[in-house]
Amino acid sequence: MAGKVIFDENTCKGCELCVRVCPVNIVHMDKERINIKGYHPATVKEMDKCIACGSCAKTCPDVVIRVEKL
Amino acid sequence: MAVVFQKTKGLTDKQFHYCPGCTHGIIHRLVAEVLEELGLLDDAIGVAPVGCAVFCYDYFSCDMQEAAHGRAPAVATGIKRVNPKSAVFTYQGDGDLASIGAAEIVHASMRGEKFTTIFVNNAIYGMTGGQMAPTTLVGQKATTAPYGRNEDLAGMPLRVSEMLATIPKAVFVERVSVHDIPNINKAKKAIKKAFEIQMKGLGFTFVEILSTCPTNWGKTPLESLKWLQENMIPYFPLGNFRNVEEVK
Repeated sequence: MAGKVIFDENTCKGCELCVRVCPVNIVHMDKERINIKGYHPATVKEMDKCIACGSCAKTCPDVVIRVEKL
Repeated sequence: MAVVFQKTKGLTDKQFHYCPGCTHGIIHRLVAEVLEELGLLDDAIGVAPVGCAVFCYDYFSCDMQEAAHGRAPAVATGIKRVNPKSAVFTYQGDGDLASIGAAEIVHASMRGEKFTTIFVNNAIYGMTGGQMAPTTLVGQKATTAPYGRNEDLAGMPLRVSEMLATIPKAVFVERVSVHDIPNINKAKKAIKKAFEIQMKGLGFTFVEILSTCPTNWGKTPLESLKWLQENMIPYFPLGNFRNVEEVK
């Protein structure tokens, strides 16, 4: 595991911009849950594939994402 | 463990009110990060516009002042002249800057006022409900142009960067976009350069940033980024129009 992304889920507005830019395609919208704002929040299932590039965080308009390198 | 990315101290904890996918949030973050990286947060004074970004005084953690519609450059002129050591910036949209505030921005740059203007161009009036703006593209639909902007009736969209680049005291003029990661990085560099030139006291600095308005364009956030790339960039070409440091 090279990286870890942490979503502040309740501030996510479900715009999907982070899904588009992920180079390893691990970010997706969690269609089974809704957050406090009523959107499906962005989430990562296969965290071990994360390369900590920070692209998702750089494109997030609501500064939802924090990225750490392990 | 190293932190690769975290929220900048230049932004407050208040959540943005912008619609999902609106790139105003990215631009706010870039400005706030630049202020933090240049160590200007304690000295910066921003001027908020009227438009979607009207509440930006709640989001930046530096001092902020609200201005009347389009008058942010006039207010910033006063602030900068009284506090010449402060980093002063205006944050304006295209409805604010290019129509009602056109005179203010032209004359502030003509006088070479030493502040920075961040101009967010999304080719539409956002807050008031998607009316045609001076920057609306020919053929683009708006609530006041339901069949698309008619060139014969409403003229051609205003290219503000090109116009200001003809003014000698506008020493840094650049148009950037935030539709993908490389362009977001370029936009941040341009904003940083503008603030650096301002702090050297060389003159008026201006960064135009192409932005999306998914709600009023009637598109999803992803479709909006594609539309920006395919339609706005051909008419509003990206690039630097004036950089005083390269001339010397």
